[in-house]
Amino acid sequence: MTKETLSDFPLELEGADVPMVRFSKVTKRYGDLTVLDSLDLDVAEGEMVTIIGPSGSGKTTVLRMLMTLETINEGVIYVDGKPLTHMPGNGGLVPADNRYLRKMRANIGMCFQHFNLFPHMTAIENCMEGPVHVLGLPKREARERSEELLEMVGMADKRDQHPSRLSGGQQQRVAIARALAMRPKVMLFDEVTSALDPEVIGEVTNVIRRLVAEHNLTMLMVTHQMGFAKDISDRVCFFFGGRIEEQGKPEDLFGNPQRERTQQFLSAVKEAS
Amino acid sequence: MSYLEFLAEFGPRFVDGSVVTAMQTVLAAALAIAIAVAMGLMRLSRSVPVRWFATVYIEIFRGTSLLVQLYWIFFVLPLFGISLEKFTAGFVAVGMNLGAYGAELVRGAILSVPKGQWEAALALNMSPAKRMIRVIFPQAFLNMLPPWGNLLIELLKGTALVSLISVADLMFESKQINSTTFLSAQAFGTALVIYYVMSRFVITPFMRWLERVMARKMGRA
Ligand SMILES: Nc1ncnc2c1ncn2[C@@H]1O[C@H](COP(=O)(O)OP(=O)(O)OP(=O)(O)O)[C@@H](O)[C@H]1O
Ligand SMILES: [Mg+2]
Repeated sequence: MTKETLSDFPLELEGADVPMVRFSKVTKRYGDLTVLDSLDLDVAEGEMVTIIGPSGSGKTTVLRMLMTLETINEGVIYVDGKPLTHMPGNGGLVPADNRYLRKMRANIGMCFQHFNLFPHMTAIENCMEGPVHVLGLPKREARERSEELLEMVGMADKRDQHPSRLSGGQQQRVAIARALAMRPKVMLFDEVTSALDPEVIGEVTNVIRRLVAEHNLTMLMVTHQMGFAKDISDRVCFFFGGRIEEQGKPEDLFGNPQRERTQQFLSAVKEAS
Repeated sequence: MSYLEFLAEFGPRFVDGSVVTAMQTVLAAALAIAIAVAMGLMRLSRSVPVRWFATVYIEIFRGTSLLVQLYWIFFVLPLFGISLEKFTAGFVAVGMNLGAYGAELVRGAILSVPKGQWEAALALNMSPAKRMIRVIFPQAFLNMLPPWGNLLIELLKGTALVSLISVADLMFESKQINSTTFLSAQAFGTALVIYYVMSRFVITPFMRWLERVMARKMGRA
């Protein structure tokens, strides 16, 4: 985390079309390894952006930084116009304190490759946990909200099962419901189908399809399923070496990639599948 | 004197001693658990002084003998103005000692909870305290029950040392009976059996039961 005051970034984004998410010159390093290299990325409200790219290109890191699971070395991330991990102070932007961070984090929800459901809670308890213990909703209201969401992901009949009794696809659907129960503005999906058996991938992708079709959520998704990405994305970003090598509408990026690395990657993926 | 006659005469004293041993065990266990949780969490603290304090505590109590600690608490602390009754000094010494071992179990169990659980809790915007209390600790608790079973048996056996500051526990009574009757085999044999029964037929089954109940509660059964 940068300790000094940043003075060349706006304290807040203003204007007619403030993006829901903006990465502004964001750099992330692990020791000598630069994982994100002065990344600029905007995601509009309600937009579904998919990130593809080779292993190690920084896809997961983008999502983890948005979820504040990783600290930022340089640059600023804005969510809904406000800096995510910085706050105004000292005549510029300074690292945010915990209170500010918790306020901003409420905007973001995330689903993980390995679900990460709480094993000691049933499906519905997993969904109610945040609403009750973070948002402070009354139990009854949290239960109603959770039941609705479990219904939506097709898991209402398993609401009282513990995760150990659920298949991977079922666990992932519960995890999606759990994240949605917090009513985030931005949802992050990190390879949510990668740990699943092929025959249950559809259960999860169908839930995400429904989300895209029926809700105005802003979504950022990392996936290796090119067909799925092509179907549902408003925009696809091809990452390479911590930068966006190429981005565009799915039909353009998949149908007529301009950059050589994109072409190589897409043909390598095609061969593998 | 047959063993039955021996028991008829000294049985009540063995019972009294066993009650004191059981009380010492329960109180020392409660203290050990409290200390273990506190020190285990402090060992994981972000603050260096806090971590340092816990490390020093654990080092001192694991690195020196329980008997010496007991004598310190009973004979030396009064020189600094802190006088504890022998019964209190007894379970406090045992609890503080075993608590240091327990702290490492708590710390290990917390670290054994997968990183993804912390991350999922953070993604739900839980505060650090909520993350620990609602998500991490319940899982760590289940993981550390089996080693705690062993530790509690160590603790029970450790309470025999309180006889050395004249707490009238099972060991103390056995020694007294031995010194008045010279029936060493009967006196210490009976003590041996009672300690064994307490550990194998009380503590072990209790811990197994607790493990089963907790595992069921957490959907692992
Ligand atoms: N905690 C960490 N410490 C050191 N290096 C890390 C850490 N996390 C990630 N990296 C490195 O950062 C780079 C980018 O990682 P990231 O997980 O973002 O890649 P990815 O594009 O998601 O790859 P994949 O498709 O394999 O999931 C990789 O080289 C990775 O080894
Ligand atoms: Mg990844």
